[in-house]
Amino acid sequence: MASVVLQNVAKRFGKTEIISKLSVRMESDQLTVLVGPSGCGKSTLLRMIAGLETPSEGDVIIAGERVNDVPPFKRGVSMVFQSYALYPHMTVYENLRFGLTSLKIPKDQAEARIQKAADVLGLVPYLQRKPKQLSGGQRQRVAMGRALVRNPKVFLFDEPLSNLDASLRTKMRIEIARLRQSMGATAVYVTHDQVEAMTLADKIVVLRAGQIEQQGTPLDVYHRPANKFVAGFLGSPSMNFIPVSFMDGSDKPLLGLPGGAKLGLGGNLSSIEDRDNWEVGLRPEHFTLDPNAPLKIRGKIYAVERLGDQSLVHVNVDGNGKAPSAQIVARLNGNTEADSDNEIELGFDTRNCHLFASSGSLVAAPLEVR
Amino acid sequence: MKNRFEKIVFYAIVTVIIFYAVFPFYWAIVTSLKSGSSLFNVELFPTNPSLRNYIELFSEESFIQSLVNSVVVSGLTVILSLVIALLSSFSLARVRFRGRALILMTILSVSMFPQIAVLSGMFELIRYLNLYNSLAGLTFCYLCLVLPFTVWVLRGFLQALPKELEEAAILDGCGPLKMLWKVFLPLAKPAIATTGLLAFIAAWNEFLFALTFTLSSDKRTVPVAIAMLSGSSQYELPWGHIMAASVVVTLPLVLLVLICQRQIVSGLTSGAVKG
Repeated sequence: MASVVLQNVAKRFGKTEIISKLSVRMESDQLTVLVGPSGCGKSTLLRMIAGLETPSEGDVIIAGERVNDVPPFKRGVSMVFQSYALYPHMTVYENLRFGLTSLKIPKDQAEARIQKAADVLGLVPYLQRKPKQLSGGQRQRVAMGRALVRNPKVFLFDEPLSNLDASLRTKMRIEIARLRQSMGATAVYVTHDQVEAMTLADKIVVLRAGQIEQQGTPLDVYHRPANKFVAGFLGSPSMNFIPVSFMDGSDKPLLGLPGGAKLGLGGNLSSIEDRDNWEVGLRPEHFTLDPNAPLKIRGKIYAVERLGDQSLVHVNVDGNGKAPSAQIVARLNGNTEADSDNEIELGFDTRNCHLFASSGSLVAAPLEVR
Repeated sequence: MKNRFEKIVFYAIVTVIIFYAVFPFYWAIVTSLKSGSSLFNVELFPTNPSLRNYIELFSEESFIQSLVNSVVVSGLTVILSLVIALLSSFSLARVRFRGRALILMTILSVSMFPQIAVLSGMFELIRYLNLYNSLAGLTFCYLCLVLPFTVWVLRGFLQALPKELEEAAILDGCGPLKMLWKVFLPLAKPAIATTGLLAFIAAWNEFLFALTFTLSSDKRTVPVAIAMLSGSSQYELPWGHIMAASVVVTLPLVLLVLICQRQIVSGLTSGAVKG
């Protein structure tokens, strides 16, 4: 339907620069998720698309048209707010109807749209109720219905699920995904929850401090993170970062891991001067108890979290002289016999290793082994 | 209430407070039902209650006229002050502009002046505008008295309403006036009821300006009219008539408070914003 492009957009509040020279493209008919920690500027970007903030620099382009000077109402966007922002003195029906009067939709068309949205979202029994008589999930659906009836070019979601409890959040997530399938509209979704990002996105844009760290499909960004920040942000429990040290070797440097394993590095590393504070990243699910694993790391368990379907084993790995000690989390079988205060040997493969230099940039992944 | 003793003390204090507040009004009602020398008998209930004072009061045209004047002036004051206060407090509450703090401080400091200090200046202004001895002049003065606190109360109230409501309205295509009328006004009903009532009471009971800025008996409002009630001789105060007039004058206010009490107590509807 409509693509959204932000070109060289910057936002300053007084002297503070929230977003600096950012360009991103949100394809039409795709749900793009802007994800990042609090304060990274994702909500500001969304509001710039909506027209609730004006960019200090740069262009906002919706469906090929520059809309910087177009008022929010005329941009063809709808927004679902974090706190729903329903009109408390109006019934659900009137809430849905409100935006349509300004759009000058004829009465019968408006009626049809409202009925259809109410059907799709399961709101028909509540049409005459006021927001205070609804539960959190119902209110959220009314907020979505209000966005739906306007048939916008772009749907904007501003952390819509953060105010719901965990089980409701899961349900609503699936509802949003289902709605998206049937509507097939362009959507931009802002969240700090990486689970929502992974499950809902066609494309993820990871933001930090007003800059794009990486963008791509969810699995892309998950398996091939561009830097340490993205690697640590996606995935729960997050990726383990194990400090490594360079061992004096011959032409190919050798990395020593705490616990005794050694990794050889291929490729040309002469350009990288700073050899301190390098880390190898391994996700918890990439550890096994398989005795035939190519590489092993040894340590002592200090905690086991049994979740039923899986167990999270927290292991303390001693340094081996040069490499400092590390704490890692391994995801093992739900029935694992691992227990606190036992020694454990975890196996892993270089295919799952990511090597990060001291600045956090990715050096190599996967790694070669010697 | 831990024990009976505390309960007794509590209700005793409540009784004292109610007595202190209500008894003068009760006494006024009792006195208004008496006439002649029985006015000076001290008794809790009149021996021969009669409505003679009321009938005599209302047979005087000037009293009815002053009642009408009071209603007109107070009503106009309330309506005009609410309109002006709503429009101005909306922008003072939700729009950031240069000089906003200055305006707010000016409004606040102006309301601190005692009425008597403003009297002479106000007199000149009224004369200059040719509004002396007119209901319009009184309305104008009362607006000056009443606007500061109506603006402040409504501003505080409107400021507390969530920003997202405004943003949702913007996205739904509301300009400022439509937003005020359709979104904020319905939500501000309790505040409007309270400020309207306070404005009405202030205008209804006001004495100093009404006394100073009216001359002829057909332009007086009720507080002044009561003060002007005179008896058959220079040394006699018609207490019966005065009390009857006071009862008549206080009743509308009591009724208004009882009617609007529901509005004030009902409070904001929750549910627009999460939880």
